[in-house]
Amino acid sequence: MSDSQQAPQLYAAREPIFPKRVYGRFRNLKWLIMIVTLGIYYITPWLRWDRGAELPDQAVLIDLASRRFYFFWIEIWPYEFYFIGGLLIMAGLGLFLFTSALGRVWCGYTCPQTVWVDLFILVERWIEGDRNARLRLQRQKKWDLRKLRLRVTKWLTWLLIAVSTGGAWVFYFTDAPQLAVDLLTFNAHPVAWSTILVMTATTFIFGGFMREQVCNYMCPWPRIQAAMMDTDTLTVAYRHWRGEPRGKLRKNEAPDTKGDCIDCMACVNVCPAGIDIRDGQQMECITCALCIDACDEIMDKIGKPRGLIAYMALKDEVSETAGETPVSPWKHIFRLRTMIYTGLWSLIGVGLMFMLFIRSDIDISVAPVRSPVYITMADGSIRNAYDVRLRNKHGEERSFSLLANADEAVLLEVEGSDDGTVTVAADELRTIRVYLTVGEDADAASAALTDMRIWITDEGNGDRAHADTVFNGRG
Amino acid sequence: MAANKHDKEDHEYGTTGHEWDGIQEWNNPLPRWWLWSFYLCIIWGIGYVIAYPAWPLINGATPGLLGYSTRAEVAEEIERFDVANAPMEALLNETPLADVEQNPELNDFAKNAGQAVYNTWCVQCHQAGGAGAKGYPVLVDNDWLWGGTIDDIYLTVNHGIRTEDDMDTRYSQMPAYGDFMSDEEISSLVAYVQTISGQDADTTLAETGSQLFYDNCAACHGDAGTGDIFQGAPDLTDRIWLFGGDEAALTETITNARFGVMPSWSARGMSEADIRAVSLYVHQLGGGE
Repeated sequence: MSDSQQAPQLYAAREPIFPKRVYGRFRNLKWLIMIVTLGIYYITPWLRWDRGAELPDQAVLIDLASRRFYFFWIEIWPYEFYFIGGLLIMAGLGLFLFTSALGRVWCGYTCPQTVWVDLFILVERWIEGDRNARLRLQRQKKWDLRKLRLRVTKWLTWLLIAVSTGGAWVFYFTDAPQLAVDLLTFNAHPVAWSTILVMTATTFIFGGFMREQVCNYMCPWPRIQAAMMDTDTLTVAYRHWRGEPRGKLRKNEAPDTKGDCIDCMACVNVCPAGIDIRDGQQMECITCALCIDACDEIMDKIGKPRGLIAYMALKDEVSETAGETPVSPWKHIFRLRTMIYTGLWSLIGVGLMFMLFIRSDIDISVAPVRSPVYITMADGSIRNAYDVRLRNKHGEERSFSLLANADEAVLLEVEGSDDGTVTVAADELRTIRVYLTVGEDADAASAALTDMRIWITDEGNGDRAHADTVFNGRG
Repeated sequence: MAANKHDKEDHEYGTTGHEWDGIQEWNNPLPRWWLWSFYLCIIWGIGYVIAYPAWPLINGATPGLLGYSTRAEVAEEIERFDVANAPMEALLNETPLADVEQNPELNDFAKNAGQAVYNTWCVQCHQAGGAGAKGYPVLVDNDWLWGGTIDDIYLTVNHGIRTEDDMDTRYSQMPAYGDFMSDEEISSLVAYVQTISGQDADTTLAETGSQLFYDNCAACHGDAGTGDIFQGAPDLTDRIWLFGGDEAALTETITNARFGVMPSWSARGMSEADIRAVSLYVHQLGGGE
């Protein structure tokens, strides 16, 4: 099949892309999204939230050292990781939903790679000028003072953005104001420095130099997303039937010999992925919709209707070509597939909210000690030992009393406590050794296994929680 | 019309010739930066081989310029923990054992250290968690041969039981009654011991046995057979038997006697802090008095 004449080249250099400035509704939407997402990213670690004297007052904090995740009024312990798991599943389903409805909308608008590249291109344009000026600068072989000054200014500005990006990242993992002081006085932990270094380097290189290479060669998402699109998915497309044959109308030509596309290359010049949307669906397209803005501007100028390039379902491209009326976009968006995704997404969301509201701020788990399985005491009574974990998810120290609940009399003792009560410090987990003992003639002593329930009661406010376990007897 | 790079005829590189269900693969070149990253990895690899231990030799490996070794790192880590533990160990050594529980931090330290010592040196005989085995006492019940207070346990761990290499060890020996008692006398003794420990036995035999017990056994095991921790004489009236409490096991014990030995851990070179820690650990396993 391969019949190309020249020997195939093994490696190819990246072809630099110089996206031209564009105005329009999608560009404005992208500016807005950039401001909101970057704002969230940079500001969040500095928000405060009062949790009492014992706990950190950072609104969003991933406290790896104490194994806690704080999100405003929510505090997640490691054993509650299913909340994070649920959120990740929701994020996944959310992406499925948006991809099946709107194609690679995540890539085009909200992906950090896209947002930061957009920001880097903005800086590039401010310093070096728009597309043509940048092209000239690139083609100029001689590194004169002007080129040097422009390049160094650009790189330094990028570096500044990269450092503040890497810097903001570490603030999520420890008290931000304290870390800021530590960083400024060069007292911060080496892990903070190395994290900032790595994040700075990746932001600088990915945003400044790799750009679309990250999407094309490194990121798995575009490939996965492509598998989730179908002919109902709205995506950026060129109306072939309307535009072709493309070209400028000459004086002596009849108006209907050419399509609406005047081959002005505006859509190609603004594309951050460096492709021509008129070639149809391609893997490089991140559906940023900037070509729509660019083309609409031209259509306005030449007095043709907008929408030569527009969000369109592949199905409609076919029906429009055949001269039929396209289906309304809403019908594409609200179809069985997206409704199933929405349903699943909401189901998990509601489930998580439910779990969040019913979870108690005391918690008990009981693990029977298996070595030995049971202990014969001097008077013949049978004793079992248990490791009981008590979690006090409260900002104050609390005192608990314990009680065993079974069909017959069971003696409950707590190692190191004479009265069977246990104190657990604020926001702490405490493991205690508990003994349950039944008499020599009790049913539980002769049976192999008997069900037991251990109750804890908060001595202050009477809150109760329980855990079920078993009692091993001689049988 | 501009060349469409997705038309096969116009494509610069053609396809690889591979086809799966009509899907063909472009013979596109790799990105050049990818090649650079490959070379970078090679350079990194060479640097790594020079800096770190890498090439295997007959005895060991090339040391590497940085002189790094995982063993040295472990030794360093142990050293660091030893230094960090030193103040707690000193505090443990000067705190009376009975008072340790009042200092939760010290108690936690001692229990954790004691568990490590126990799982290294004691677990072979006394089993995981102090479950015990035939001839090796259970450490989690409330029956102690030589006493179950923290000081008793410390004494036992420190000097051992019936061990030869420690002058301060606690020592006792039960005579082998098989040497000077008839089989009938022994079986009557067995019947009596079974009776006082709540088992069914021949009452007439037990009657004879009670006099024999009073004459021969009560000096150590007590008139009532409740034992004596100062001589390590077991309580014969409870439900706990070190070597078994049925007729066969009791006959064997009375005929040939038993002689359980525990090593002296001070004589074996265990540090004072470790002995104290493991004593506290055992005391808090559930049976301590």
